[in-house]
Amino acid sequence: MQFMLLFSRQGKLRLQKWYVPLCDKEKKKITRELVQTVLARKPKMCSFLEWRDLKIVYKRYASLYFCCAIEDQDNELITLEIIHRYVELLDKYFGSVCELDIIFNFEKAYFILDEFLLGGEAQETSKKNVLKAIEQADLLQENLDFQICLLPAPT
Amino acid sequence: MPAVSKGDGMRGLAVFISDIRNCKSKEAEIKRINKELANIRSKFKGDKALDGYSKKKYVCKLLFIFLLGHDIDFGHMEAVNLLSSNKYTEKQIGYLFISVLVNSNSELIRLINNAIKNDLSSRNPTFMCLALHCIANVGSREMAEAFAGEIPRILVAGDTMDSVKQSAALCLLRLYKTSPDLVLMGEWTSRVVHLLNDQHMGVVTAAISLITCLSQKNPDEFKTCVSLAVSRLSRIVSSASTDLQDYTYYFVPAPWLSCKLLRLLQCYPPPEDGAVKGRLVECLETILNKAQEPPKSKKVQHSNAKNAILFEAISLIIHYDSEPNLLVRACNQLGQFLQHRETNLRYLALESMCTLASSEFSHEAVKTHIETVINALKTERDVSVRQRAADLLYAMCDRSNAKQIVAEMLSYLETADYSIREEMVLKVAILAEKYAVDYSWYVDTILNLIRIAGDYVSEEVWYRVIQIVINRDDVQGYAAKTVFEALQAPACHENMVKVGGYILGEFGNLIAGDPRSSPLVQFNLLHSKFHLCSVPTRALLLSAYIKFINLFPETKSTIQEVLRSDSQIRNSDVELQQRAVEYLKLSSIASTDVLATVLEEMPPFPERESSILAKLKKKKGPGAVSVNELEEGKREGGELNGGGERGGDNSAIATSNASTPSPSADLLGLRAGPPVTAAAPSAGSLLVDVFSEAGVNDDGFLSSAPPSVVSEDPAPPLPESNELLNKFVCKNNGVLFENQLLQIGIKSEYRQNLGRMYLFYGNKTSVQFVTFSTTVTCPGELQSQLNVQSKPVEPLIEGGAQVQQVINIECLTDFSDAPLLNIKFRYGGALQNLTLKLPVTINKFFQPTEMASHDFFQRWKQLSLPQQEAQKIFKANHAMDTEVLKAKLLGLGMALLENVDPNPENFVCAGVIQTKAQQVGSLLRLEPKRASSDVPINRAQQ
Repeated sequence: MQFMLLFSRQGKLRLQKWYVPLCDKEKKKITRELVQTVLARKPKMCSFLEWRDLKIVYKRYASLYFCCAIEDQDNELITLEIIHRYVELLDKYFGSVCELDIIFNFEKAYFILDEFLLGGEAQETSKKNVLKAIEQADLLQENLDFQICLLPAPT
Repeated sequence: MPAVSKGDGMRGLAVFISDIRNCKSKEAEIKRINKELANIRSKFKGDKALDGYSKKKYVCKLLFIFLLGHDIDFGHMEAVNLLSSNKYTEKQIGYLFISVLVNSNSELIRLINNAIKNDLSSRNPTFMCLALHCIANVGSREMAEAFAGEIPRILVAGDTMDSVKQSAALCLLRLYKTSPDLVLMGEWTSRVVHLLNDQHMGVVTAAISLITCLSQKNPDEFKTCVSLAVSRLSRIVSSASTDLQDYTYYFVPAPWLSCKLLRLLQCYPPPEDGAVKGRLVECLETILNKAQEPPKSKKVQHSNAKNAILFEAISLIIHYDSEPNLLVRACNQLGQFLQHRETNLRYLALESMCTLASSEFSHEAVKTHIETVINALKTERDVSVRQRAADLLYAMCDRSNAKQIVAEMLSYLETADYSIREEMVLKVAILAEKYAVDYSWYVDTILNLIRIAGDYVSEEVWYRVIQIVINRDDVQGYAAKTVFEALQAPACHENMVKVGGYILGEFGNLIAGDPRSSPLVQFNLLHSKFHLCSVPTRALLLSAYIKFINLFPETKSTIQEVLRSDSQIRNSDVELQQRAVEYLKLSSIASTDVLATVLEEMPPFPERESSILAKLKKKKGPGAVSVNELEEGKREGGELNGGGERGGDNSAIATSNASTPSPSADLLGLRAGPPVTAAAPSAGSLLVDVFSEAGVNDDGFLSSAPPSVVSEDPAPPLPESNELLNKFVCKNNGVLFENQLLQIGIKSEYRQNLGRMYLFYGNKTSVQFVTFSTTVTCPGELQSQLNVQSKPVEPLIEGGAQVQQVINIECLTDFSDAPLLNIKFRYGGALQNLTLKLPVTINKFFQPTEMASHDFFQRWKQLSLPQQEAQKIFKANHAMDTEVLKAKLLGLGMALLENVDPNPENFVCAGVIQTKAQQVGSLLRLEPKRASSDVPINRAQQ
């Protein structure tokens, strides 16, 4: 995967994750172009489209669009389910997630994504394992000295 | 899990975000942000040391502002400070900031790398993962330099936690993608492959991405992964839907891992080990069987996950392209999807079938779905699906269905979306040409294309129809008649006028017998369009008119009248005016004979790759048109396949002499010239170089010192230009020169004593080259030996673009030097000035001559004068390979004579060097001596 974008129906970018090195200007240009293209599509249309030399896979959940850019060799359907699994993870973590959760806790959305996908590839597809990692991180509270909080191995 | 804010709420941040959301206008938002930025800046600069929590909060605010799309130019140092905090959440925010706002300040990078190093060696898995995530997110070269050695050790160490292994694997993958040179293969690589056997499914899932990428680059080193992958896949495929617990996704066992395993197998040919292969085929069959089973859930996630595996399995089956049974089953499965109610599945089935169509085993099976695909083209509501349908029709087209498919595509074009029209036009044009059995159908199709989608018919397309009509005399009459009829439409596209003008100008006489299309009617029809056309089309029409004067003397006065009118002869456009003046003059002073010679019918175009195909390839990237298809096109196109860019303009009459030998040149060529003495020794050394490639030359032509520079301006030839030149002694096409800015490609063709060379100047940078100019000079006596004419080249080359220059060469007499090509341009203000030698060598003008053994040796013996003979013994630089030698000798341009020399080890060749002044017969004998690997060479000249 080359990048993932989350944006609202109004075209506001809510999350951006880039797995290829691009300058800020190029990122902004791509975002503008893709948000426009995807928002212009009608509901029943196919979730895949060719864009430049990439394939775009997108899906809408309530007011939010999740949009991934993958390479020619990559599998569209499994990417669609990557999106879904990420939504499930957010939903489980925030408890019926809505757009506001992602706005106000954007840093958490990034942390969850990093546990699930790294470098554009699925790192851990088990919902339990991802959430366990995040919860354990949350448990490492402010005043705990890190010397005494070595984690048990995930089982 | 409760919905309350997790871990540590940052109230200040929440308030700030609310404020921003409450802003009514962009201006208000910017004002609020500027206020916040000023506040944060003062906090960071203030005397009071900030506590960790505040620092974290402000860094987080900066991050939010940046993600809103505003520039942030401070705060990096504070973020770096957070990295060394021993509070997890502070560290985490620090890393997030660093990952999003990558900074190239080297002092910062040093500090960041230090912090990462500490975390990596902390043995705290949570911290290690954070550090690895950061490296994977940034993936910069500096990080690769610092950590590419360390991460493999973490990945394969026995005591590393599973979660850390997962992060390490993908982190390494990212570094390998950005800096493959820094990730060195080693003892760890074999241990990485064995991660495929790991008990932890998450570890396998992460590691396999790394293994796939490494296998693509180093297939041999990783080939043990094939059997491991097959057995892993087999275990997953045969497991019950609940066996894999949390790795089962909507009743589908480990879909991500299955897809990745199937993807990995696509890096390799089918397994050689029969047992492994059997097991794999079994897996693939199981996957195909499962597609027929009733779904275990109605949820779309279930069917998506299941079908993701199915499509990946089909990709593997197509990749192997060796199991007819599986290929046909795959095709049937996709056929079912073509009518599925899910748009996504129809889209993917069309896409996947495209590749199946190119397999000989499944091509016929794909063709059975033609009606469904045509229906999709007509009824799909989503343009991206229709596009796939059009692609599939293109892929499944062959002789048996070409007419139907072309007709459907043409009718689709009438309503097709603007975004895909140009590509559709190219595809129709290619199919029409490739599968044309009768050329009247071809002509009809192209004219229809122009009628339906004239605006999208690029120059290549209409050039091509003209090239084909010119090269095929059986279609010329039909073409003239059809184009005449098409022009009668009240509104016809300008491209139609161009084709009409050209074809009637050449072949109007073929329909002039019919009073309905008498010469004057033809002329009036063309001229009625004249005023509606652009300047280039008008110029073309003027050329058609002068051709009319030659074809039909009775139209002369009418046409002269038109040429003489003020709107022509005083036209403000210099090209039109010049044509009008010249054609008028030509028609009034030249005798009919001269007129007939000058305005003779265009000669056939040389055979070359279809320019349309080249254009489609450029448009769609290399994947779109397979090599097979190209070759097939060439084979089937046969004599059709002529001509390049030259087709478009009747004004080519002026230059046509350059590409085809004029009759007078032939006559001169027949005279046998006197023996040439000077050429002999130099030509001897030329031969030596044929075999040395790298150019170890001691005397003569190829080693000649750079000739004195004519003027002070052009740079002296590059030191390597001789070597560059030697590469082209035996070949005509290739890359002449390349540096970091510029690439110069070359294509050339020679006939008799004439040559045409195409130079392609490619700008490798993203910045334009300005004041680009080239000059070709013949230094010293070469001036009287070669006649070289170059057309001017565009003065501006955009970044990434390529421009072409045509050079015409005429060999007047034998020569030994090479013309110089000087190139000047400005790149980012700096003047670039370089000089190369153009690879024009005397052997380019060889014409191969066949002769029998008896003749050969008789002539050989006659050549006994010392200046008629040159011999050279030299050591072969490479192992002697008969096929390579033959190819080289053929590349030299002579005929390789089989069964002439009694010693089968020897090679003999004969050819005639064609110059304008004389023809020089040459014989060559190459006697390889394997023992000493010396190659004595005899060369005789007549």
